[in-house]
Amino acid sequence: MSTASVPVAAGTLVRRKPPWAVRRKRILVAVADHSLLIVVAIMFLAPFIFIVLTSLMTNEQALSSHLWPSPFRWGNYIDVFREAPIWRWAINTFIYSVLATLGVLCSSIPVAYALSRIRWRGRDLAFATVLIALMLPPVVSVVPLYVMWAKLHLVGNLGPLIIPNWFGDAFSIFLLRQFFLTIPEEYLDAARVDGCGELRILGTVVLRLAKPAIAAVALFSFLYTFNDFFLPLLYLRENPSHWVLQIGLSEFRSLHQVQWNLTMAATLLVMMPVIILFFLAQKAFVEGVTLTGVKG
Amino acid sequence: MAEVRYVGATRVYPGNDAPAVEALDLDIADGEFMVLVGPSGSGKTTALRMLAGLEEVDAGAVFIGDRDVSDDPPKARDVAMVFQNYALYPYLTVAANIGFPLRIAKVPKRDREARVKEVAKLLGLTEYLDRKPAQLSGGQRQRVAMGRAIVRVPSVFLMDEPLSNLDAKLRVQMRADIAALQADFGVTTVYVTHDQAEAMTLGHRVAVLHEAKLQQVGPPRELYERPANLFVAGFIGSPAMNLLPAEALGLGTNGKVVGFRPEHVDIGDEGDGIRGRVEVVEDIGADAYVFCSADIRGEQTRLVARTEVRDAPQQGEHVSLRPRPEEAHLFDSESGERLTDS
Repeated sequence: MSTASVPVAAGTLVRRKPPWAVRRKRILVAVADHSLLIVVAIMFLAPFIFIVLTSLMTNEQALSSHLWPSPFRWGNYIDVFREAPIWRWAINTFIYSVLATLGVLCSSIPVAYALSRIRWRGRDLAFATVLIALMLPPVVSVVPLYVMWAKLHLVGNLGPLIIPNWFGDAFSIFLLRQFFLTIPEEYLDAARVDGCGELRILGTVVLRLAKPAIAAVALFSFLYTFNDFFLPLLYLRENPSHWVLQIGLSEFRSLHQVQWNLTMAATLLVMMPVIILFFLAQKAFVEGVTLTGVKG
Repeated sequence: MAEVRYVGATRVYPGNDAPAVEALDLDIADGEFMVLVGPSGSGKTTALRMLAGLEEVDAGAVFIGDRDVSDDPPKARDVAMVFQNYALYPYLTVAANIGFPLRIAKVPKRDREARVKEVAKLLGLTEYLDRKPAQLSGGQRQRVAMGRAIVRVPSVFLMDEPLSNLDAKLRVQMRADIAALQADFGVTTVYVTHDQAEAMTLGHRVAVLHEAKLQQVGPPRELYERPANLFVAGFIGSPAMNLLPAEALGLGTNGKVVGFRPEHVDIGDEGDGIRGRVEVVEDIGADAYVFCSADIRGEQTRLVARTEVRDAPQQGEHVSLRPRPEEAHLFDSESGERLTDS
């Protein structure tokens, strides 16, 4: 027992204090880090705070140089719904975003699986085609696509916005394929030996293991379509009953005389779903990291 | 339960010229425990995957029972497999993992649960049934993987290095458990390992593969006592067999290689044997391995002898090594084939 160390009772441990030079450096680094972060945070938050404050002002005050609302006019948020058919725009937006996202998932997941985990002749060529589609600027195909939809008499409703998503999305296919490649082959082999066909493997094994990637693709697709301005403008401009929030918001000012307080209130309302979704989706990303870290 | 036959089975991976498994002929009897052993890249895992249906059979055929299954998908072969990393689904509980093959086979829920409980009891997993794989130790995960394989009593068990992720003590224990399970179930088992100790202790017969070809197949004792060629002689046995040019010992003519197991080399202080210097003495309990360096025809050669610990020389000592001629294995140095009959 001559080499055994004397146990230190809890609470009697005296922590060593680092030298003053080391502590000073740590404090200075912490101050510098936080200063930089605070400045960046202000830069990002300033427009948002400006929108919130303006949305609570009267119209006269909104045009003045005052920054703080006096009095707070909460009624702006009720007036917005009176001034414009926000609910209809919101419903149109959700129809567009939800159906387009569903379409992207239903079409891209099987394609990504076939491109990553099934061996077949011509697979690499098919994947190269997807990559080319990914690199092609969307503007290139706008005119031919518009002509096609016009010939099908579908311009003016949500069809041209939703239907293409049911035929695969290059970015989603690429992202899912890359994730599927990281799933250990043993999981799929085990399922094959246990009696699963490829579709069953996709449904019972891959979808469960690829939840984070699928959540990411769904999130990207939802955010993209929710924020999409260009395509709705192209296909829906002439038909106000099918307008989505982004078109409605841009037309809000011209529908009535410019009312900045109401415009800001409407802007904030349109932003809210995206902000809420983003906070909720953070969990899915964290889950993704832990899931892939588990050795099954 | 069924016998398994490889008939000239060959697998060439796309983009490769050299086959991963070349013209494999191997008969595995009903209920037999066959171990495929070999170094990395020898083709043992590929051979197993060909039987599972996870690799194509490019030439020849694979039979399970009387049926040629070469073109059947894995699910039509009635095999169960244990993987090296266990392949337990992280999102399913232990019970759901074990019951997975039954769920796929659409076994009614009540029967499934009863069977899962039965298997869990057999493997000592009852108290872990509600846990996820991440909450289990390596040994427990290994048992769950075994459970998933035995839950539906297949025609053939396939095991791909199932013990390689366990620590040494657990490995020895699981080895015994696997042997006992296989004996209980009597299911034909094909087991892949690179660990020759595992191969020798588990297999009714052992098939040694090297560079895509079957080198020898036989009971473990036969492989040890009568290796068919130089590769098997060097691969089976630890430490490896001493291999020397035959003419150096006056045991043969040019172009022959003679082999001695360490336990067939006597060590003395002096005499007419091979003079060598002790480099390392490995004490393994009752016995010790003595690693010597000897000058044989101008070349420094390493020789190993096994002796009782109390007779072991000290490091740096000069000793005389005397192989017993009656225990010699003689090989052709060109072809590597065995020349002696006994």
